[in-house]
Amino acid sequence: MAAERPSDLALIWQQTRYQNKIFWRTPIAAFFTLVFPLMFLILFTAIFGNEEISGLGVTTAQFFAPGLAVFAAASATYTNLAIGTAISRDNGILKRVRGTPLPPWIYITGRVVSAVYIGALAVVIMMGVGVAFYGVNVYWRTIPAVIVTFLVGVACFAALGMLVAAIAPNGDATPAITNATLLPVAFISDIFIVTDDPPAWMEALGNFFPLKHFGDAFRAAFDPTLTGAQFHWDNLGYMALWGVVAVVLAARFFKWEPSKGGGRRQKKREKAGA
Amino acid sequence: MTAVEVRGLVKTYGSLRAVDGIDLTIEKGEVFSLLGPNGAGKTTTVEILEGHRESDDGSVQVLGFDPAAGGREFRERIGIVLQESAVEPELTVTEVLDVYGDVFPRRRPTGELIELVGLEEKSSARVKTLSGGQQRRLELALGLVGDPDLVFLDEPTTGFDPSARRQAWSIVENLAGLGKTILLTTHYMDEAQFLADRIAVIAAGSIVAEGTPDTLGGREQAEATIRFAIPAGKSISDLPIRPVSTANGMVTISHPEPTRALHQLTSWALDNGVELGALSVQRPTLEDVYLQLVGDENGG
Repeated sequence: MAAERPSDLALIWQQTRYQNKIFWRTPIAAFFTLVFPLMFLILFTAIFGNEEISGLGVTTAQFFAPGLAVFAAASATYTNLAIGTAISRDNGILKRVRGTPLPPWIYITGRVVSAVYIGALAVVIMMGVGVAFYGVNVYWRTIPAVIVTFLVGVACFAALGMLVAAIAPNGDATPAITNATLLPVAFISDIFIVTDDPPAWMEALGNFFPLKHFGDAFRAAFDPTLTGAQFHWDNLGYMALWGVVAVVLAARFFKWEPSKGGGRRQKKREKAGA
Repeated sequence: MTAVEVRGLVKTYGSLRAVDGIDLTIEKGEVFSLLGPNGAGKTTTVEILEGHRESDDGSVQVLGFDPAAGGREFRERIGIVLQESAVEPELTVTEVLDVYGDVFPRRRPTGELIELVGLEEKSSARVKTLSGGQQRRLELALGLVGDPDLVFLDEPTTGFDPSARRQAWSIVENLAGLGKTILLTTHYMDEAQFLADRIAVIAAGSIVAEGTPDTLGGREQAEATIRFAIPAGKSISDLPIRPVSTANGMVTISHPEPTRALHQLTSWALDNGVELGALSVQRPTLEDVYLQLVGDENGG
């Protein structure tokens, strides 16, 4: 019997498809990724009104929608990949995958591509709601920059998500790690609030993390006071640097086996006395 | 042809020699059972053979591959049935078999596997809604999805009800009939007795006995135990052979030559016109031999 090995591309597509299925069947992940960021847009425009923000020359929605889209994309990649991958390891799924002929890089790629797809969906929903209900303007001249900025940004945050999955002791700890990092950083990255004159240390801290660079580059593409293609190579390069460091560290520390003594599954096993 | 060839296998964790110089040979088409208490080095040995762990010393050949370096070619030819069901709880039975099956170049159809393990009614149910026994059966199907030459079965029937167990055993028998090699680890002695062609007992990182289920640990030469009820109106002193013990009207005799002992006893019974009620002759069970080999304190 001639045995034909499936192509890498077919396997990546198949893994992505199943990861997408799992995402849609996990309502809490779908809610926090797609609906939760949208609630901020609705709240902000309701609280501040959708007027022009003084000194910025843009409306509330025009300013916040791109930043919240970036926040949603970061949640879809960083938060979801870290939690999902760590839980899969706790459940022994990663170990099972390692015992099959599926090349590990294809499994990881399937997870990442699925997360990027969800992130793209979150961005489209956010900007779509902005355009449809809040008069947000989109400019054809910046679409290439929007796409490139999105891809560099989600690549960076996917790498950071895999890094958290690599170093987290178990799946129970990952939501705490991702929330305790992404949320405070979002506050100093002009995602939820814009500070007129922030303390120097806060500004420096915001500039250190990649989220502000993602937000700034993405927002520039929707700024009506600017012209041109809006490729911000400095921001993109800085995010790429974070991404490369994260990939190297993640590859160094990543484990396929459940950790001893941690995780829900492990505790259950110990209780059973097996 | 040998399927598994292990020589002088050593694996240490810190100062603990979890596996301390194991030799194993498993022939193609054989059902080989590895028995041993928890912590004896059983799981470590199996995980080295599966390619999940690297050995510290010794040589390992599985289907002609070094499992630690065999990679994709090696994994296309083995099937692993894990002790704990580890699959995506959000996927259905059919989806799980599809997604794991599609990675093998030679695979068994999903429908056929579902039928084989008797999960037809659950084929579109999410994995998280399955009972423990149903999850184990899915696990078994997953181990067979790539039509493997060598199947690792780690405690395959733990948590099964008796009829599901018999069903699983007949699946394993069928696999053996197809010429598959099977490495079985189990806690159930009757399972090893029923399925295994050969058994190795591992304790404290070493193989302490190896043989067929009938000859393990010198079982075929051990003294047999004859038991019967004392016939009415007779006492122990009337018997032609001195009993080892008596309790509740039952006599127990251990004898190296059970044929001769039985002949004497039954002749005596016929001559005296009495019946030896509840008569039984037993070799030590596999469990007796096993407990003796690993030491009773480790028996759990």
